[in-house]
Amino acid sequence: MFRKRQPELACQEVVELISDYLEDALPANDRRRLEQHLAGCPHCTAYLAQMRETLRVAGRLTPEDLSPEMAEEFSEIFRRWTGERD
Amino acid sequence: MLRLAKTFVHSHALAEEIVQDTWVGALRGIDRFEGRSSLRTWLLAILVNRARTTGVREARSVPVADTEPAVDASRFNSAGAWAAPPEQWVEDIEDRLGAAQLGGLIRSTLEQMPERQRAVVMLRDVDGLQSDEVCQVLDLTAANERVLLHRGRSRLRQALEDTVGGVEHRVP
Repeated sequence: MFRKRQPELACQEVVELISDYLEDALPANDRRRLEQHLAGCPHCTAYLAQMRETLRVAGRLTPEDLSPEMAEEFSEIFRRWTGERD
Repeated sequence: MLRLAKTFVHSHALAEEIVQDTWVGALRGIDRFEGRSSLRTWLLAILVNRARTTGVREARSVPVADTEPAVDASRFNSAGAWAAPPEQWVEDIEDRLGAAQLGGLIRSTLEQMPERQRAVVMLRDVDGLQSDEVCQVLDLTAANERVLLHRGRSRLRQALEDTVGGVEHRVP
């Protein structure tokens, strides 16, 4: 008995799996196929690096919606509130 | 919070109202906070509920299904291999675009996204919530969250590429 060999992933399929790959949400089998493809494909490797860079840049945006002051203000209210209940 | 509210409503005034309403709602409901989620997740979930009941009547049914590809099909050959591969720009992106310009680009791309896609990308990639927290806050299944995240991230990458490199591959 031998396992049926699955066809290799095409680059066009790889770019659709990259985000799930980065989220560690790919089934083991797909992950293995994707990594095999990456090992032999400099273009998809460059694409993966670009996606990582994109996430790094996005993660540097300053979250103006929940500023530290606001978070602090809320924790203070929360502390006071729970204090009163005790 | 204001930024998240604005993903649901267009009017700045209405978004401010939602944020204010969230604080009031959170204070009233603090007894119900059981510590099962982080305070932040809980607060954001209240905000999303408020935003939904306040201003999203116009966008009640936004389908998650979205066939937009991560990379335009014209950049692949008939076998699905790259015909117009991505250029190298990761190393020198900071030199070619300053931090402010990069930030502005991400922001404007986020603004152009459909509401739920933007909310997912913002919570997961900008605010750094875990994906299960994003699902809780936005009331999404894990599969839907990943589809929206994938589309949003692909758009962000494409926006960077269009600006720093590979401009000639842009589809009109």
